[in-house]
Amino acid sequence: MSSLLRFERVACERGGRMLFERLDLHLGAGEALWVRGPNGAGKSSLLRLAAGLLRPAAGEVEAAPAALADDALALDREQPLASALGWWAALDGGSVSDAQEAYDLSHLAEVPVRMLSTGQARRARLARVLASGAPLWLLDEPVNGLDHDSVARLGRVLQTHRAAGGAIVAASHVSLPGGDWRTLELGV
Amino acid sequence: MIPRLIARDVRRALQGGAWLPVIFFLLVATVVPFAIGPDARLLQRIGGGALWIAALTAALLPIERLVEPDRADGVLDQLSLRGVSGEEIAVAKIVAHWLTFGPPLLVAALPGAALLGLDGAALARTLMTLAIGTPGLAALAVTVASLTAGLRGSAALGGLLLLPLAVPLLIFGAAASGEGQGGALKLEAAVALFILVGAPFASGAALRALRN
Repeated sequence: MSSLLRFERVACERGGRMLFERLDLHLGAGEALWVRGPNGAGKSSLLRLAAGLLRPAAGEVEAAPAALADDALALDREQPLASALGWWAALDGGSVSDAQEAYDLSHLAEVPVRMLSTGQARRARLARVLASGAPLWLLDEPVNGLDHDSVARLGRVLQTHRAAGGAIVAASHVSLPGGDWRTLELGV
Repeated sequence: MIPRLIARDVRRALQGGAWLPVIFFLLVATVVPFAIGPDARLLQRIGGGALWIAALTAALLPIERLVEPDRADGVLDQLSLRGVSGEEIAVAKIVAHWLTFGPPLLVAALPGAALLGLDGAALARTLMTLAIGTPGLAALAVTVASLTAGLRGSAALGGLLLLPLAVPLLIFGAAASGEGQGGALKLEAAVALFILVGAPFASGAALRALRN
């Protein structure tokens, strides 16, 4: 099984505080990891480490091309949703219409991003990840702000991604849809 | 990659606030005769320098919107996730910022020069110095914007940082706009070139440091 994410004895330090040490992690195709833990345990930092946006204080991180959905929307507010998603999709070579379809955003394609509701923006953020075509998905609280129907959609998208050989790391306080998740407890 | 980034930044600038520095430039050029008085010869003598001060103050306005919105919205993170280096982002931002700052300022210099009573030769010299100097100002603005992004009071801090750094450009630019000989113009070009070469690296390093 090919490896999409590998942490070897990784330590993460933020603001002079050691969040975790000697963390070993291995994620292959089709696997999904649910990162849990109290606030400030380092869940988001772990995602940023996997994305290569943070350097580990010690140890080694190896990751396949990743897509990150963190708190930031990273879509141009004044653009219609389809164009804002399309700008990233053009870089990554993904399909905007499929991603909009998957999260039931097609009817909002011409609506400027700044007009989207909180929940719609959360879905748009997930659609950006789907349109990236990256094998490794890093999702920070993917279920937050989603209605019942959207959670089911998210589950289907995650399952499709895993079936296609992708891997997912998600930080979340609530249980996640989309099949079986391995769990990692931080800060215990 | 860089052309896409340039196109995005130009579009965003045109949609929001690219005209502000131009208006500000004209306002400063309008205010000078009020402060100095209607003495046409005096105005003509200081006209080039006055336009340069107007350009310098106009360069301060866009600092806030150059980098900070992209940092706050995670766009910088998403770009570096895709392997785009800070230097590439900086080059794109400098080019895009100049495109929406330099040419409009040159156009605005025409009515500005008329307000100050500059004659044809003085206007031509001033336009030349601004054409050479504005790329340097744009590069400084992007660098300062990268350094101050995410800080509280970044706009004021940006002004404090940019003005001293722009002093060499101002000295040679204003001098070249006032004299016929080429010495100051060459020095101004040298300073602008030096800033243009160094800025992407300084700005790129600052953008990388923003991630932590």
